[in-house]
Amino acid sequence: MNFLDYAPAPESTSILNLKKSYGLFIDGEFVKGHGKPFLSISPSSEEAIAEIANANSTDVDAAVAAARKAYDRTWSKLSGADRGKYLFRIARLVQERARELAVAESLDNGKPIKEARDVDVPLVAAWFFYYAGWADKLDYAGLGPNPRPLGVAAQVIPWNFPLLMLAWKIAPALAAGNTVVIKPAETTPLSALIFAEILQQAELPAGVVNIITGAGDTGHALVNHSDVNKVAFTGSTAVGRAIAKSVAGTGKKLTLELGGKAANIVFDDAPIDQAVEGIVNGIFFNQGHVCCAGSRLLVQENVHDEVVDRLKARLATLRLGDPLDKNTDIGAINSQVQLDRVRELSDIGEAEGAERWSAPCVIPEKGFWFAPTIFTNVSTSSRIARDEIFGPVLAVLTFRTPAEAIAKANNTQYGLSAGIWSDKGSKILAVADQLRAGVIWANTFNRFDPASPFGGYKESGYGREGGRHGLAAYLKGASW
Amino acid sequence: MNATPSATNGPAVNGAAVNGAARRGSALAPAERALDIIGGDLTEKSLRLHLEGLAGVDAVGLEERAASLGTRSIKTTSKAWALDTIIRLIDLTTLEGADTPGKVRSLVAKAVNPDAADPTTPRVAAVCVYGDMVPSAIEALGPWHGDPDDGRISVAAVATAFPSGRASLAVKLADTADAVEAGADEIDMVIDRGAFLAGNYGLVFDQIVAVKEVCRRGDGSFAHLKVILETGELNTYDNVRRASWLAILAGGDFIKTSTGKVTPAATLPVTLLMLEVVRDWHRLTGERIGVKPAGGIRASKDAIKYLVTVAETVGEEWLQPHLFRFGASSLLNDVLLQRQKLTTGRYSGPDYVTID
Amino acid sequence: MSRLAVPKTYKLYIGGKFPRSESGRTYEVLSKKGAFLANAALASRKDARDAVVAARGAVAGWSGATAYNRGQVLYRIAELLEGRREQFVEELIASEGASKSAAIKQVDAAIDAWVWYAGWADKYVQVAGNGNAVSGPYFNLSTPEPTGVVAIVAPQGSSGSLLGLVSVVAPAILTGNTVVVVANQVAPLAAISLSEVLATSDVPGGVVNILTGSPAEIAPWLAGHADVNALDLAGAEHLDWVDLQVMAADTLKRVLPPEAGVPAPSLERIIALTETKTVWHTKSLI
Repeated sequence: MNFLDYAPAPESTSILNLKKSYGLFIDGEFVKGHGKPFLSISPSSEEAIAEIANANSTDVDAAVAAARKAYDRTWSKLSGADRGKYLFRIARLVQERARELAVAESLDNGKPIKEARDVDVPLVAAWFFYYAGWADKLDYAGLGPNPRPLGVAAQVIPWNFPLLMLAWKIAPALAAGNTVVIKPAETTPLSALIFAEILQQAELPAGVVNIITGAGDTGHALVNHSDVNKVAFTGSTAVGRAIAKSVAGTGKKLTLELGGKAANIVFDDAPIDQAVEGIVNGIFFNQGHVCCAGSRLLVQENVHDEVVDRLKARLATLRLGDPLDKNTDIGAINSQVQLDRVRELSDIGEAEGAERWSAPCVIPEKGFWFAPTIFTNVSTSSRIARDEIFGPVLAVLTFRTPAEAIAKANNTQYGLSAGIWSDKGSKILAVADQLRAGVIWANTFNRFDPASPFGGYKESGYGREGGRHGLAAYLKGASW
Repeated sequence: MNATPSATNGPAVNGAAVNGAARRGSALAPAERALDIIGGDLTEKSLRLHLEGLAGVDAVGLEERAASLGTRSIKTTSKAWALDTIIRLIDLTTLEGADTPGKVRSLVAKAVNPDAADPTTPRVAAVCVYGDMVPSAIEALGPWHGDPDDGRISVAAVATAFPSGRASLAVKLADTADAVEAGADEIDMVIDRGAFLAGNYGLVFDQIVAVKEVCRRGDGSFAHLKVILETGELNTYDNVRRASWLAILAGGDFIKTSTGKVTPAATLPVTLLMLEVVRDWHRLTGERIGVKPAGGIRASKDAIKYLVTVAETVGEEWLQPHLFRFGASSLLNDVLLQRQKLTTGRYSGPDYVTID
Repeated sequence: MSRLAVPKTYKLYIGGKFPRSESGRTYEVLSKKGAFLANAALASRKDARDAVVAARGAVAGWSGATAYNRGQVLYRIAELLEGRREQFVEELIASEGASKSAAIKQVDAAIDAWVWYAGWADKYVQVAGNGNAVSGPYFNLSTPEPTGVVAIVAPQGSSGSLLGLVSVVAPAILTGNTVVVVANQVAPLAAISLSEVLATSDVPGGVVNILTGSPAEIAPWLAGHADVNALDLAGAEHLDWVDLQVMAADTLKRVLPPEAGVPAPSLERIIALTETKTVWHTKSLI
């Protein structure tokens, strides 16, 4: 028998208690939406999971009003210690329902259950634990002598890490004393709606967190609502730009976490096997749907062939398929729209003269799939070296000297993250010093932690999430 | 044909006494692989430059990769195959001062018939004993003595002043020669860790070459040589990579993690690293070298992780007795318990497997 | 007979030099009472473009200097200002119609602000940066860095021109940023005199660039400029500053909103013009 064709190891969905349809979570209750409901589908099977409510502007008004009322009457009157206790409760409940949340996330997003279980959900709990502890210590955060919350925060999150992005938004906002109206992405609302049940179980006061599902219109109405004090957005640079414009002059504080085209720099003295793992993790983790993905491999020219050969050999053991199989490494692309974009840009890459190689994965019939792909012979002026693809596609470029690596890495309008691989500490630190990126990983990649600030330079956005710095976005009298 | 003078000259070869500068320039034993890879000017210095030119290892990344391989979920048919394969790859081991012919007979009986109640159970690959117990093992095996690739069981003997390796080369070679003469099919030697850590790579190299030569039988065949690195004492992963590479250059057929007498013994990360070396050697030369993790692998669950690691690093082909072994004793019973659960559907217990 | 004065020509300060506007234009600077004081250069968009080029060119050297070095440079500027107190006092009396005591108070406050900011150069990192206790074998450090080129609309009030300028320039450059400043339109003389101080100090050319003229005309060019990293609208209260913010959003610039009056000394202002970089590094003994 072929051992490497591991027998199916499916995670059961029986742990889920899915409803046929979900309402909007406003003022502590699930209520009907007034927009046209839509279906959320599983991107690996294209089957419907549940019907999702659609919030129109009336619903947005109601949600903001609920958040405002909760802020004025309840949340702003609670002590930091009490706010912290609610956050601790939420963290615990996330841990208790961890498996359920992981299965829901994998089903709705298409990401492998292994990742949802081992990365996403544990980080979600950790994020709430971390910020719970800050709630009564804001005076010590180095953000001014008497930091005050802003009021009502409008938050719009993307589909790539649905529950984790929700945690990144809600935890610091609540710890700092704000109330929240949050809009999950339209293709991935499920885990947020289960999270709403957790909020009920935690007995979080009604209106402190409101979760309104919908699409672009809902998000637009929300960020432009006049009674919102703060806007936080994670998503594409194009939409981030539009939000920055619409917020101008309104007095709303804004933080943005946008796109990236990170350079993963591999020097000739890199620990080569771990560097190959880091490259793979950098661009194929989460199917490449990661803003900080290492989508450009900058490899020192004298080891280019060696690294590419090892990389191809390594990619041959990646398993693409049913996200709910515990042995799946590469899950489904989140939507047809995203798949089309990945395909389009990959075709452009070929047309531009780069050499295309894909892992020999068997593609299932139904669902949205894209085999891990690398392009060699890419030049700095290629579109695939500049545009964010947001899929499992790696562009490989070379450099000769550390200075050239830095120049190429920085030569982009983005500035979210970067990776450096070398056995030489002085070189790593000198390169880290000069890279214009908000998160730099040395001999590792895609590491996240609630204590570690995350965010970009330049067109990757502004503001930081995580750590002490992550509080600044939600307090008056603090920078960003 | 003979080992070179520098390897067999009496006391001078114990390393410390020899002048450093003289050592650096002195020629090493002309092992074929080393000559191919490093070239004709094979000296302490050229060997050292070569080993130090190997890529470094980032421990955090290595350990994370090992942990990630450990999350593979091996179920149903894959699990059944894995359990049987583990048994087929076990070197069933007893290496105690208190070993007696009776103990060895008992071990062999278990090796031949691991699960008294289930004759479909595969046989182990080998029994591993001290050199002076080889005759007892061979006698006990009787018709079952032979090549594990053919479903029979071979006899592996530890040698070279196992486990410490702290004796003169002459003593270590005599130890080896005795075992080979007694009929051992495989020799598990230990490297001189003191010499390695002191930077005397050439000395370590020459000793392996000399031991390999002593494995040559009258008819020109060789006892199979496994080189134990004792990774727990080498400590760093960079050292393990260098020692692995050195052992292969010097002519080893297998590289083995540990004696089992020192903690840490085999770990998944260190085995992963050694498999990466073997993979790289194969890429470079087309030659296949075996890997044997030994010591500390007691649970089937863990052994399965090793199989996954082998398959995903060097390929499934390595899951055969001539390329991969588990050095273990209590692992076998845990595998049998798991096997029994797969067959009967219920959890088993210690009373349903035999002690040896 | 009283001595004939030698009137001063007031030019722009770009790249460490004093060019006239490439447009050749000037405008009349009048005293509070309407008397002619001087012709100041009326900066054009091309001057703004050149200033940004000079500012960008100076970033590597200025941000690459040690913090100690930058602090010393700023402190020296305070020394030079102190030495020229009389000159600045007289200029403020003439250009702002300030009383002597008010002028002295303003100059003293400007010098003191400069000293205060100088002291932050090698300390703000300790206050705004920190190690992070991540759960894994990693050394993790967050540290602020200068954002790069900052375009500033200086406070435009008819009084406080010197203090206003100092209050926006010092916090920006101490971290290693370089600046392009649109000076106080009605009272620009203090800005040019300050430039003269800068030119004779150790501040490298291009670190501070001062454009006199119309903020309404110049600011949009800076707000839309893709090679400007941040936009400080401190003195833009009476401009169409929302439009400026919208323009800045095209390139995702960091934007500081207008402030009434002169910004008080603040750590927040320093940090607002920095980016936080977080570095993870594996750590292991073996």
